[in-house]
Amino acid sequence: MTPQGVRVRDDTFDPLIADVSPEQLLQLHEDLVVVRRIDTEATALQRQGELGLWPPLLGQEAAQVGSARQLRSDDFVFSSYRENAVAYCRGVQLEDLVRVWRGTASSGWNPFDVGMATPAVIIGAQTLHATGYALGCKKDGVDSVAVAYFGDGATSQGDVNEAMVFAASFQVPVIFFCQNNQWAISEPVGLQARRPIADRAPGFGIPSIRVDGNDLLAVMAATRSAIERARTGGGPTFIEAVTYRMGPHTTSDDPSRYTDPAVQAEWAAKDPILRFEAYLEGLGFLTEERRAAVAATADDVARRFRAGCLGLENPEPLTVFDHVYATPNSWLDRQKSQYASYLEMYGE
Amino acid sequence: MSEKLTLAKAIGSGLRRALEDDPSVVLLGEDIGKLGGVFRVTDGLQQRFGADRVMDTPLAEAGILGTAVGLAFRGYRPVCEIQFDGFIYPAFDQIVAQVAKLHYRTGGAVRMPITIRVPYGGGIGAVEHHSESPEAYFTHTSGLRVVTCSTPQDAHSMIREAIACDDPVLFFEPKRRYWTAGEVDEEFVGLPMERARVVVEGSDVTLVAYGPLVATALDVAAAAAEDGVSIEVIDLRSLSPVDFGTVEESVRKTGRLVVAHEAQQFGGLGAEIAATVTERCFVYLEAAPARVTGFDVPYPPAKLEEHFLPDLDRILDAVDRVMGRENSLTGWRA
Repeated sequence: MTPQGVRVRDDTFDPLIADVSPEQLLQLHEDLVVVRRIDTEATALQRQGELGLWPPLLGQEAAQVGSARQLRSDDFVFSSYRENAVAYCRGVQLEDLVRVWRGTASSGWNPFDVGMATPAVIIGAQTLHATGYALGCKKDGVDSVAVAYFGDGATSQGDVNEAMVFAASFQVPVIFFCQNNQWAISEPVGLQARRPIADRAPGFGIPSIRVDGNDLLAVMAATRSAIERARTGGGPTFIEAVTYRMGPHTTSDDPSRYTDPAVQAEWAAKDPILRFEAYLEGLGFLTEERRAAVAATADDVARRFRAGCLGLENPEPLTVFDHVYATPNSWLDRQKSQYASYLEMYGE
Repeated sequence: MSEKLTLAKAIGSGLRRALEDDPSVVLLGEDIGKLGGVFRVTDGLQQRFGADRVMDTPLAEAGILGTAVGLAFRGYRPVCEIQFDGFIYPAFDQIVAQVAKLHYRTGGAVRMPITIRVPYGGGIGAVEHHSESPEAYFTHTSGLRVVTCSTPQDAHSMIREAIACDDPVLFFEPKRRYWTAGEVDEEFVGLPMERARVVVEGSDVTLVAYGPLVATALDVAAAAAEDGVSIEVIDLRSLSPVDFGTVEESVRKTGRLVVAHEAQQFGGLGAEIAATVTERCFVYLEAAPARVTGFDVPYPPAKLEEHFLPDLDRILDAVDRVMGRENSLTGWRA
């Protein structure tokens, strides 16, 4: 799809999305608008002091929604911290998206409820977890797949390279979904890779696809081809979704120190949502009424999201000791007991 | 029914039982399949249980541990072999930032019943990276359990207990004692792995040791007895958490504490044990606790390791120190 929303014919990938109905297209559009609205609200919450930090996904909506919406509930996602649209698509509750960023919990949600691990902050570590999970799927004889989400910066990490070695050797059903958003905080992708990142995977014996990450339909088609391979015993696939981080790395970042406004403008013209809307308008699907309804839905989600965030209560002091171990631990139990005694004497 | 086994074979038989008893147990490691591991601990297991459950992995320690994390998410109980102590550092992030924290990070939803087997310690004349004692890095990490064994029976029982544990366990194997033989009864139910064992009772000095130095500590007790000093030897077994109840009870009786380990001294287990015992048993102490450890240098070349490793004489010297007898530091000035 061109930035003007005109489909470009592709005989390999077009058939993979031929079944997508107008209703589904409109639902996907709503997803894109809603996740951007959540993202905007979260940034506002951070600016108002309600969140400690937030990593905006502005510009990466199509890459995340287009891929995550192709998964089944029995598939499993291992992500980094910017995949809030993926989490939304997996069914993570709104307030659960911000528990960690508000600092009220070490965990946002129960991974088994939504088929998605809580994010790994150490860059690239989760790619190995996805590989191990996929190995387990293969051992269990099920056709579930694991998906690892990571960025261009992560591809320099040893863990990502080891994950590709293990995935290739054991031929496990894992999808390496790299969102190349051009930046690792302030470092341009050229510092991580001299050649397109997708070129690396074949060296590991893993087929790869380089897809326009701002083209929702293209991302859907690429993901579906990888899922098909994984479910049918064909092993791993590497997808490089070329996109752009239109905002800062996090709310603590200042991209004006290292970005070129001209390049920013260039990518703004390739905005994934504007493009998809142009496509839908060309088809006559996106009416003014529909636009207004989607905007209202997004605003409503944002209101509930904000209320959920503000409703998160501070944890009780002694919960600092919870869930360190699954089994009783004499040392920690004593420490907890002593701190309880301290709180009893000096606490509020 | 018991049979005489070496410590290495006893771990192997423990692994066999774990594989038999629980289909979710899988072994991962380098050269653990056909070769049976460089110390032959997993000898015959791949042949018996198949390459699907006893898996040779690519040569990447972070990869082994990270893959184990994913398997644990899927309900498996992975047992990872790190080939030598000094090879564990490439996996450090996966162990410390992932394995140790995932239960906490998921609010208790995801358990990490991963066992990490590590042959450790010196005394076998090996080259660099093959004789280290890295246990303190892991006892310092919340979320991990750290244990070690000193007898074939413990080796067998404790590896099975470690694998059955719902928390991640670093299982340190004293490699220079791999060939020590002893009776092993698969049905024997002994002390839980979290408990320390009083191996020899005594009344003058509490000597705390673990892993490879327990045998040395027993020699110390015998030698000291000839000298009229009664030593109580404690095999710590669990390094995190430490069974301070057993150690404290002993020190309240003896009034003196010596801790011995191969690992370097600074920030090590000896410091933690001496500090905690001092805090809790101060009024019972007749002398300041003494540590006998490896020196704070990288593990030395093989021809120097006898000077690095605490041995009978160096521990006896520390016993003399806490007994107030003449010792190597008598008259020493910095």
